[in-house]
Amino acid sequence: MSGRVLVGVKRVIDYAVKIRVKPDNSGVVTDGVKHSMNPFCEIAVEEAVKLKEKKLIKEVVAVSCGPQQAQETIRTALAMGADRGIHVEVSGKDYETLGPLHVSKILAALAKKEEAQLVILGKQAIDDDCNQTGQMTAALLDWPQGTFASEVSLEGDKIKVVREIDGGLETIKINTPAVLTADLRLNTPRYATLPNIMKAKKKKIANVKPADLGVELTSRLEVLRVDEPPQRLAGIKVETVGDLVSKLKETGKI
Amino acid sequence: MLLRKVTQSPALCGTILRIPPVLSGGQRQARPVVNSRLYASEATQAVLEKPVAVGSHATAKVEKQAVSNESKSFAVNIFKGQIATSQVFPFPSVLNEEQEQFLRELVGPVCKFFEEVNDPAKNDALEKVEDHTMEGLKEMGAFGLQVPSDLGGLGLTNTQYGRLVEIVGSHDLGVGITLGAHQSIGFKGILLFGNPAQKEKYLPKLATGEHIAAFCLTEPASGSDAASIKTTAVQSPCGKYFTLNGSKIWISNGGLAEIFTVFAKTPVKDPNTGEVKDKISAFIVERSFGGVTHGPPEKKMGIKASNTAEVYFDNVRVPADCLLAEVGGGFKVAMNILNNGRFGMAAALAGTMKGVITKAVDHAANRTQFGNKIHNYGAIQEKMARMAMLQYVTESMAYMISGNMDSGATEFQIEAAMSKIFASEAAWNVTDECIQVMGGMGFMKDSGVERVMRDLRIFRIFEGTNDILRLFVALNGFQNAGNQLKSLQKALKNPLGNAGLLTGEMTKRAKRMAGLSTGLTLQGAVHPELAHSGELTVKAVEQFGIVVEELLVKHGKKIIDEQFVLKRIADSAIDIYAMVVVLSRASRSLSQGQATAQHEKMLCETWCMETHERVMRDIKTLRSSDSRRLFKNLRTISAAMVENGGVVTPHPLGF
Repeated sequence: MSGRVLVGVKRVIDYAVKIRVKPDNSGVVTDGVKHSMNPFCEIAVEEAVKLKEKKLIKEVVAVSCGPQQAQETIRTALAMGADRGIHVEVSGKDYETLGPLHVSKILAALAKKEEAQLVILGKQAIDDDCNQTGQMTAALLDWPQGTFASEVSLEGDKIKVVREIDGGLETIKINTPAVLTADLRLNTPRYATLPNIMKAKKKKIANVKPADLGVELTSRLEVLRVDEPPQRLAGIKVETVGDLVSKLKETGKI
Repeated sequence: MLLRKVTQSPALCGTILRIPPVLSGGQRQARPVVNSRLYASEATQAVLEKPVAVGSHATAKVEKQAVSNESKSFAVNIFKGQIATSQVFPFPSVLNEEQEQFLRELVGPVCKFFEEVNDPAKNDALEKVEDHTMEGLKEMGAFGLQVPSDLGGLGLTNTQYGRLVEIVGSHDLGVGITLGAHQSIGFKGILLFGNPAQKEKYLPKLATGEHIAAFCLTEPASGSDAASIKTTAVQSPCGKYFTLNGSKIWISNGGLAEIFTVFAKTPVKDPNTGEVKDKISAFIVERSFGGVTHGPPEKKMGIKASNTAEVYFDNVRVPADCLLAEVGGGFKVAMNILNNGRFGMAAALAGTMKGVITKAVDHAANRTQFGNKIHNYGAIQEKMARMAMLQYVTESMAYMISGNMDSGATEFQIEAAMSKIFASEAAWNVTDECIQVMGGMGFMKDSGVERVMRDLRIFRIFEGTNDILRLFVALNGFQNAGNQLKSLQKALKNPLGNAGLLTGEMTKRAKRMAGLSTGLTLQGAVHPELAHSGELTVKAVEQFGIVVEELLVKHGKKIIDEQFVLKRIADSAIDIYAMVVVLSRASRSLSQGQATAQHEKMLCETWCMETHERVMRDIKTLRSSDSRRLFKNLRTISAAMVENGGVVTPHPLGF
């Protein structure tokens, strides 16, 4: 086993920012808005670095697909302890229409190229909430998947994954190589210390184009319109159940 | 033709130049000049005519001397009524691509740490920085921001350091002082004056925060009067060590530090006269040397999280190789350390102001009274706008100075002092107004603003009280201007040899007296859209130069004692510097087509309008005869109060 882990990190609008829709309803405002690493991706990086610190794996490679600024996100991963980075250059219109299927094709190609033992991703991104990339990547590679992981332990050439599912917790054992997606309670990501950021400057980031990996980015989806959620209106108080039922009938809810 | 008249009559020259034959103490009424217009035009003609060949070599020499004494500092030059633009235009952009990218990466984690880990209210209540926060800060590398990276630090430039210190300032000034007392002054001496052996020995552990540092200058009887310290360091007969005795008060990190930069009096033999004098020397003192103890933490109004304690040195043996710089060179070390760290204060306070302004705006935008959100009312609007302008000026000063320092400027001490004065007073006023905007809420602990107010009070006092720094600014400026006048006076004694210099000066003065523009301009430096504000600034500088010269002529060396005058001069100088920094910054934003350029233009224009008024008014006051009586009255009132041990007036009720 190569002992190499591929971690996908996505650059998204910072969770604390108030999202605003563009006046032409074509998307959300991203210019000049604070961006950072997707929180679930941070958890993924943390898990990979922890495995390396436990000497269970040898190398952590951080991957991001996007324009020039994606390098900042890769650098954050390097500052957290990743060894090197791969920046898959996607910009302009291609970046606007980039979706889980494209990314998973890219990650699958890289996993094969890098002979990765593990691919760890965040369970979903906080901008599109797709929750698809991990699953699609595993399918394309025909590898087992451990999604919504809240606990991961390597046992020889198998992995025990505790998954957070609707009914509670499910424990599975899967073969390697595998794809894992990190859920909230998997770990608490470390703060990147300033000396580590400085050390990260020396770590390498390779540039790759999707075409080099044999992936073409035409989108099968077209975004027609983006709207803000409707303003929440004030409610009204009613005295009796009868009133409630008639009010609900009035407003056409039942 | 005029030249011959000049050479034949120094008295005539002296009249035009308004320099009395002897530039010494005592008051002299400037003699009025007759027919100034006539001389003005003839002087211009004389300048056009070639100077007499005989004197040209000597002229060149004197003028060359004048050029080499030329200072690049904007502040120094306004005292001569000149505008030196090299350090102020364009607004410095000193970070290269790599430094900027690195800084961007640092900002995120530092912000995150202060938002999620540091608890300023807790630190204030406990009167110490929480242990896990201290550990986090050390791990983060916050204790060695400017230590070179090969010694374990981050090797940040002044501008990068300022940006990070701004974040600390906007969240927790108590932590800011803990960090600042450690690296901005505590071990700065080693960075600036340490030899390679000292740096290698001490900096690595200081950078990781394993050792904390403290700056020990102040004593019970020596605050502003730093030169009067009484702690002694006597060299052993063998010369291998010094014995240190004395006590220091109000030392930040005094109870935590392992490494102290201590200033003490050492007997120094003058090599020429053989006389032994006590001069200040600077030492690196380790607590592990033995004999170093400290008192309990002082109970303070603000920055409670920062440890402040008395430090006692009882027969401490300090190895001779712990001496910083040379014996007797300590005062210079102290002044350089303080000077070097001053821009950091302006940067931190710019951050503090941003923080409280956000709170004020949030309140004003959401609070409804009398049927409207209060930000719709003029009273609130004025407060908010002024807060924004003060913050904009402070921020501009901080990064202009850090930019100058990073570009290798050696003369920035006046500007640094100005920025400290301005920033500390602006921050106090802005926070005060923020509380006012927030009303009762502002007064409550939970809002977090009253803590900032308490934290801010010390900033007008420590690191050089604002009152002393004002005197410093004014006296430094007067000294430079006085030197130029002196060289003019010397030149007068040999007018033939200094024809070029003299005619130049005569032309300038004659023009000024005739009310003509002296040719001073900011055109070309300032963005065309800000031309009017540039004009206002130029006018202010011209008038300032005139009043400085008048005062020098009037008081001569005794200007040192005229503190009422010095304070007002300093205020005007600071105001002028403030106008120039915003002109520079707004010009840059306009040239770069920044989205906020028009808003910045408005901030700049508004600031310049009001500040110009203020400067002109203050200068007028200084030139009026009323001011002498005013100062005399103030002096008399104060003397009476001292005599009476308090208020002099009897109660209106008679008892």
